This record gives sequence, C-alpha cells and structure tokens, in this order.
Amino acid sequence: MSVDIDTVKRVARLARIKVSEDDATRMTGELNAILGFVEQLDEVNIDGVEPLTSVVDQTMKKREDGVTDGNKAKDITLNAPASEDNFFMVPKVVE
Amino acid sequence: MTDLTKLTIAEAREGLKNKDYTSLELTDAFIANIEAANAQLNAYITITADQAREMAKASDAKLAKGEGGALEGIPLGIKDLFATKGVHTQACSHILDGFKPPYESTVTTNLWADGAVMLGKLNMDEFAMGSSNETSYYGPVINPWRKNGSNQDLVPGGSSGGSAAAVAARMCMGATATDTGGSIRQPAAFTGTVGIKPTYGRCSRWGVVAFASSLDQAGPIAHTVRDSAILLKSMASVDPKDTTSVDLPVPDYEAAIGKSVKGLKIGIPAEYRMEGMPAEIEDLWQKGISWLKDAGAEIVDISMPHTKYALPAYYIVAPAEASSNLARYDGVRYGLRVPGKDIVEMYENTRAEGFGEEVKRRILIGTYVLSAGYYDAYYLKAQKVRTLIKRDFDLAWENGVDAILTPATPSAAFGVADQDLHSDPVKMYLNDIFTVTVNMAGLPGIAVPAGLSGDGLPLGLQLIGKPFEESTLFQIGQVIEDAAGSFEPEKWWG
Repeated sequence: MSVDIDTVKRVARLARIKVSEDDATRMTGELNAILGFVEQLDEVNIDGVEPLTSVVDQTMKKREDGVTDGNKAKDITLNAPASEDNFFMVPKVVE
Repeated sequence: MTDLTKLTIAEAREGLKNKDYTSLELTDAFIANIEAANAQLNAYITITADQAREMAKASDAKLAKGEGGALEGIPLGIKDLFATKGVHTQACSHILDGFKPPYESTVTTNLWADGAVMLGKLNMDEFAMGSSNETSYYGPVINPWRKNGSNQDLVPGGSSGGSAAAVAARMCMGATATDTGGSIRQPAAFTGTVGIKPTYGRCSRWGVVAFASSLDQAGPIAHTVRDSAILLKSMASVDPKDTTSVDLPVPDYEAAIGKSVKGLKIGIPAEYRMEGMPAEIEDLWQKGISWLKDAGAEIVDISMPHTKYALPAYYIVAPAEASSNLARYDGVRYGLRVPGKDIVEMYENTRAEGFGEEVKRRILIGTYVLSAGYYDAYYLKAQKVRTLIKRDFDLAWENGVDAILTPATPSAAFGVADQDLHSDPVKMYLNDIFTVTVNMAGLPGIAVPAGLSGDGLPLGLQLIGKPFEESTLFQIGQVIEDAAGSFEPEKWWG
C-alpha cells in the first residue's frame, strides 16, 4: 500500500499538524519509503496467531476506585501557556 | 591527587565511605569537566551545579555520620526524558518549551533516596525518536570518540546520546537512559560504555515522558558492568503509580558479578548474521563466543526465524503508540503555544512548529496505520508478528538457553549529518536491527564494550536474557568485560 499527497494531508489534519504543500510532497515520499519497508510483514503467516497484548505474564493491576490525590489545581495549571484562576485559557470554542 | 572523574562508581563508593575525598570534591571535579567539555560535546542541555553542590553537601553530612544510601554522594546525569521537579524536562523538544514539572519521576526519586547527586539534564533525540541524537531541538551531541587520525565529528548514537557521551567523556559517573528500540544499547556500543535495558516492567515508567508505552523502559549507562548493576538496583522498583510495574522484589544484581558462567548455555542465533554485515562485526561476535567458551559456557546454535520482521513490526507499533501519546501536546496545558484563528488552527500551528521532522514523520505514520480501514492491515498484523517474535525467544528458553549473544549494532559510530542516512529514514532505522527484537519481546538486554573497529572506534556485544534475569546478564557481561578490557577515548575536547 502507498499513500498519495491527499492522504498525507488528510492524515496530517487528523494528527492536527499543519503542513505546507512542500512539506506534504516531501512527507509523501518519506511515508511511502517507511510503508514499503513494513510491507515485508506480508510474508509472515499469521493465521491463527493471537496479537500480543502484554509482554509480561501478569494480570493488569487494579486499584480501588478511591480518591488518593488531588487539590493540586495550581500545580496542574502551573506550566500552561495561558491560565486564569486555575483554568486553562483557550481561544473561544463556543459561539 | 588522583583524577576523581576516572573512578568507577564502585571505587568512589569505597573512597567516600573511607573519607578519602568528599562528595563535594567529587561533584566539583565533574562540574569542572562538564564546564570544560560541554561547549564541544553538547551532552548536557542544563547543568544544575548549585543543586548538585547542595545535594553533595547533604551527602557528605550523612557520610560523616557513617550513614547514607547505596549511591550516597555519587554524581549522575539524568536524561531529559525523566521528570525532575522544578528542573528543565522537555524530552529535548521545542513543544515542551519552558516545562518544569512540579513532580519527580519514580526512577529519579529512587536515585535521590539512595543519595545520588544530580549534575544536570542530558541531551537526547527529540522524544527519544532517533538513533544518532541529531533530532534533538538542542542540536546534536558529539561522540567523544574519533576515528584514528581523524577530526571528523561522529554521533554518539541515540536516543540516549547525551547519556552515553557524558559517561564516556567523564562528565558524570553514570547516567539514566531509556530504551524503546535500542536507545540505551546502541549509544553504549558507540561510546565504549555499558548499557542495560531491563525487562519491561522492572523500572517504573511513571514520570518518564512517554514515547511507545508498550516498549519504553528505563535503564542505566555506566563505565563498567558492576556500575550498571549498582545503578539498576537503585533505579528499579515496584511502583503502584505504574500499572505495568511488576510485583517482584529487586535482587542484589552485584551479587551475580564474579560468579562463574560454567555450564551456562549461550544461544547464537543464526538470523543475526545479516547480509552485508561488516567483517569486523562478525569477528567481534566470534571473539565473544570464544571468550564465553573459554570461561566454561556451552555455546549452542539457535534459530529465531522471525528476527528480520521485528524492525518493520516495530515501525508500526512504536509510531502508533507515539501518535496517541503525543496527542497531549496541543498548546493548552504546557509548553509552546502558537496562536491561530481558532482553536483547531492553534493546535495545528503549535504542533507544526513544536515538533521536529522525525517526530512529525512518526506521528503521521502512526496516525495513518491506526486510521479507519487500516488498523487490521497494519497494527493488528504487527502485534501478531510480535507474538511470533516473542515465541522465538520463548522456544530458546524452553530449550534450556540461559542467554543469547549477538552484536549490539551493525556498525561503529557514523558521522554527524551523514547524507546517506539522512536522505532515507529507513537506513537510519536499521541501526536498531539487533536491539529492537528485545523491546518487542519485553526482555532484558545489555550492551558491553568488546573491542575496537579497524578505525579505532568502540564496538559492543549484546546479551539478551530471560524475563527478570538481569542478574544472569551482569554475570556473563562481566566475563566479556574481563576478557575485552575497558576503552577510553583519547581526549581532544575541553
């Protein structure tokens, strides 16, 4: 499988990365090189093989559904590019 | 007075205990080396000299009373991927501009609890995506090693290139690093240092900036096998904050060092003999085989038929996980924000400017392979191939193999800004061909320096172990180190 420039633009849109026409052209070539490389996997017989979900033979740990942490609004907004009264500030999203 | 920066951690531990010198003296010696070398090597992106001296003084107070932890007063460098409270933590990316976490990663918390001293944060490939440390927003790290009679700048490998270069150039006694596809072992091999990626789940991932969560593991880079055992013992823990942290006590890894390898079965996988592999890599491998044979180990040929599929499967799984993990960098909660006409354009502008080319490439691949209609053809297939890769290893263990010996890398360090490698991303990815299988199967792997190339550059061998059998790797690694000796670059910097 290979991608064309429109697919690259659509994927970039999905990934929320702005790309110029030139970027998209260059990336199309690079992505096709990588997709060409991974095509080798088509040689492998995977009939009846289960996908690997964990490398370690361990049941996922679960914790009690209780509050163990909190009241750190200041810490959480500390690194925000824009914040006010412990809220993140973003451009207007609702008209 | 002896050059304190030439000591191993094991030696410094004794010297500090015997009060031959103080941690402050030791720390100052490393700060002097960093200040002299960093302009040329670019291994550190932040030097925390004041904090280091305060930590050293606190260690000296404890040592004076005969107290202190396993790493009391030992100066270390920390990869920029680990969250360090109030200190630069950006995964060497522009998108995390100014980020200083109000919390500390579990691994570094463990190190400070044991008394270690932080010298600063180390350069790395952006978000740990790279094999040459050239994708860092802060510029490439320069390998302290050069070819015989050459002034050409070489890469230290990646992504933990700053960690490996800093250890090799005596800018710290040891360093933290992380490994998703080879990012500890490849730079260790390129710089003549020892690096171990432990079993998945051995070190907590809490507070480590995520790249590919099913593959990422932290581990140390140090001068000797023993030093790496000392560091791993402190870094590893059982952590309730990481659900993939495994509930197994951390053994005393040092206890394994010096134990005979007599009777251990070492597997030599035929499939690691790659087409076009340089003769000196094959020779190094043969040397390793004869050292272990001489030490009494039993050498057995094994077959791992899915080896060649590990790298292509990795380049589906890792980007897929990365595209999801890196979705959080949106200009809202931390780091860089580039304005736009609305919120979506703000996201797009921020991510376009904040991420470097390699990171964007991997996010796009990951987004594509996870997008509607392609999931089964790519991601699901790659995870099935991953099952087969793990099965190859499981079969070896079932047949009584104790560890597997392979080369660590397909070549020695290469030049900075190598045109051939930069024109084709897949060529750069091939650096991880011997290391990536280990991440795909979640196993421990150690790279130990084993010799020099014809050009005088270090080369490493890799040992792969059973899950949570890091001790066996230290035991066998010491035999290689004893036979090969240690390797020190000729000082041209600072």
